[in-house]
Amino acid sequence: MSDAPSSYQPPPVAIHPAPVAEHAHHPWLQHHFDNMEQQAEASTLGMWVFLVTEIMFFGGLFMAYLVYRHQSPSGFQEASHHLNIYWGAANTAILIVSSLTMALAVRAAQTSQPAKTQVGWLLATMGFGAAFLGIKAIEYYDKFRDHIVPGPYFQWEGQYPKPAEQFYSLYFAMTGLHALHMVIGLGIMTVIAVMAWRKTFDEEYYTPVEVAGLYWHFVDIVWIFLFPLLYLIGRHYHAG
Amino acid sequence: MSGHVAPKSMYYAVFAALMVGTALTVLVAFYDLGPLNNVLMLGIAMTKAALVVLFFMHVRWSTRLTWVVAASGFVWLLILFGLTMMDYLTRGWVPGTWR
Amino acid sequence: MDTTTATPTLNYLNNGYGLKSWLLTKDHKRIALLYLWSITAFFFLGGFFALMIRLELLTPAADLVQPDTYNKLFTMHGVVMVFFFLIPSIPAVLGNFLLPIMVGAKDLAFPRINLLSWYIYVLGGLFTVAAALSGGVDTGWTFYAPYSTSASNSNVILAGVGIFITGFSSILTGLNFIVTVHRMRAPGLTWFRLPLFVWAHYATSLIMILGTPVIAITVLLVAVERGLHLGIFDPALGGDPILFQHLFWFYSHPAVYIMILPAMGVVAELVQAFSRKNIFGYTFVAFSSLAIAIIGFLVWGHHLFVAGQSTYAGLVFSIISMFVAIPSAVKVFNWTATIYKGSVSWDSPMLYAFGFIGLFTIGGLTGLFLATLGMDIHMHDTYFIIAHFHYVMVGGAIFGYLGGLHYWWPKITGRMYPEGWAKFAALNIFVGFNLTFGPQFLVGYLGMPRRYAMYSPEFQVWNVLSTAGATILGVGYLIPMIYFTWSLKNAPRAGANPWGARGLEWEIPSPPPTENFAVTPVVTEGTHQYAPSREVGIV
Repeated sequence: MSDAPSSYQPPPVAIHPAPVAEHAHHPWLQHHFDNMEQQAEASTLGMWVFLVTEIMFFGGLFMAYLVYRHQSPSGFQEASHHLNIYWGAANTAILIVSSLTMALAVRAAQTSQPAKTQVGWLLATMGFGAAFLGIKAIEYYDKFRDHIVPGPYFQWEGQYPKPAEQFYSLYFAMTGLHALHMVIGLGIMTVIAVMAWRKTFDEEYYTPVEVAGLYWHFVDIVWIFLFPLLYLIGRHYHAG
Repeated sequence: MSGHVAPKSMYYAVFAALMVGTALTVLVAFYDLGPLNNVLMLGIAMTKAALVVLFFMHVRWSTRLTWVVAASGFVWLLILFGLTMMDYLTRGWVPGTWR
Repeated sequence: MDTTTATPTLNYLNNGYGLKSWLLTKDHKRIALLYLWSITAFFFLGGFFALMIRLELLTPAADLVQPDTYNKLFTMHGVVMVFFFLIPSIPAVLGNFLLPIMVGAKDLAFPRINLLSWYIYVLGGLFTVAAALSGGVDTGWTFYAPYSTSASNSNVILAGVGIFITGFSSILTGLNFIVTVHRMRAPGLTWFRLPLFVWAHYATSLIMILGTPVIAITVLLVAVERGLHLGIFDPALGGDPILFQHLFWFYSHPAVYIMILPAMGVVAELVQAFSRKNIFGYTFVAFSSLAIAIIGFLVWGHHLFVAGQSTYAGLVFSIISMFVAIPSAVKVFNWTATIYKGSVSWDSPMLYAFGFIGLFTIGGLTGLFLATLGMDIHMHDTYFIIAHFHYVMVGGAIFGYLGGLHYWWPKITGRMYPEGWAKFAALNIFVGFNLTFGPQFLVGYLGMPRRYAMYSPEFQVWNVLSTAGATILGVGYLIPMIYFTWSLKNAPRAGANPWGARGLEWEIPSPPPTENFAVTPVVTEGTHQYAPSREVGIV
């Protein structure tokens, strides 16, 4: 290989080693971070970046919904009426309550509340999340019972069978993906709750709770859009 | 580290607003307001989402970077929706050609 | 240059032996090597499929393989090369190794997620290999519906699952890079003191984050439609096949910028190091990476010009596609201006950089032909397209990858490869590449369609030339494999800065210690100062 020309000496890069400060390590500080603040900022930024990927992931399904609703507005309207608006509204309310309890769980950790308080709010969140999934299960069962699960056994008595099948394909895909995220969220909450029970979190270190909260709120936001788009299409044509 | 600590009352207030928004969006769905139905529905949903993002997810007190990251997700969704629908909405716009 | 064979000090390579210390590592440098090994394996798998394609195309008839088999060959070639070689290559190998060092950090922001991303990549790769071994996929790497969802008899779901899984590897890598660049820069390392390699990888990471999830959901929907016979994309079931193309290309167009941007970052580094000169127009080059990433998301409809998209949409996408060429051109002009009146040395990495600049320019300009709506109607689905994207993907991305691999090899391994063989291989690859793909522009313009096992006899002479070129190219790729492997034990040891280059990575030993820096560097000026700086004095 060719040596650098002998007359050339690269000027020293102006790099000076920073003085190394000895400091007590927080037990949860990972070694490649300089301090807890940097770790917390990196973790929250990381979760936000991940949520952007989730926005785009769900976004593909919303795109399909947009195209097909544009193509068959009446068909989608007719299909939407078969959804139970009361279950949908109840679920929306349940998720909003769970978001509140989650936000309060984060706040409890942030203000060094006792472990019992933190765990209480987290369990409440999980309880409402489970209730949401329970109602979803009831709704899914109703679809099976009424033969409006897309596929070989799909039966539609209305005017627009093909758009209805498309609507319900999207319904199951979107709410199914959402429910999967809820289940994963419950798993995350379990881990966080166990850590909280073990007195891991206080105002010095509560990032995992905050980051879990960001995920949970995101899942809530997806439903905030799913509910009107799926359940509330042109209800004025068919009261209740 | 300690971020901004909001009073519990703020969380309850946002919660109330979200519930009101939900009730409103259900109510509005039962009236025929023409194109306004969709506008209101989306508007209420976006307001609710904004409340969750700003207050529950603390973006109101976060760095500008967090704000940019959160916003970019929605902007990119708009790019996907906008340019794709531009195709679907302009089908048949150019007379005298094969499309 | 240190040519002793003295016992090496503790570095990331000898800091822990045994399979477990590699398979459970959190060290970004070891993870980079894990990727290097697996990416190389996939490259040769994809290359094998390419060889079969070129052998079949020696004659106009479909005589070597059945047309069905041929369909599987070009599909697997595309799938493996795109998803398992090109997209990860530079970010996963060079990016993983260098990014933390270039920002003055001990590791990436999330080391365990980094390791996870490699395992995810391998898992996705295994699914795809399984799809290949158990009958293959014949839809083309583009998986167009309704063939992929309904009519194909091949392992679409298996391959789709493999791609879905591997997408998460890409997402996690991008996430790691973004957070690292934002939050782990050393004191004094402001954004505009960052190496252009870092800017390029940051822009690439933006694309990975914003684009990959869309193809993930799309591939999932294809699998669901295929498995459950739902009407999402299949018109016979009430679906819309053009929706599939919109969703697919929303990612797959920006994906090509995932493939090329890191290589552009490498070229920026090479051009500075081997002209002994600061980049001309640093700010412009830095922002051009971001511009490519952003504008790249607005042009995907140019893949749908003849698919049934509206004419109006075609016009819009055509115009915007012209604009996306501008930041690329800015880079080419600025690299050239950097080389001009520099003190140029012709070391093998620089040969690859020169190759890149010329070949990428040809590939990019032919992209403009294709962005022109009227021209594309004639040239779509011909070999012109194939030549275009191989010029940018091979002449561009792979040349960048090889140039970077050579440039940083002494840093990564502590050994210097044999320069004579490296120059020979570079020349070999250059000649082989042009002989392979140059004729394809001609034959495509003359009307030879892509993805067919047979062709009209008047195209044969060009196809024979192309296959001859591919053979030379294949030999060319094998040569570095051999001398790189040889160099690990037998080549002279390299010192910290064998090229006399500038940058944080050249201030630490070769190979670097596990924690990269003994003390956190404090940066007081741009990390690349080849020109005499006022503070430091005359060189």
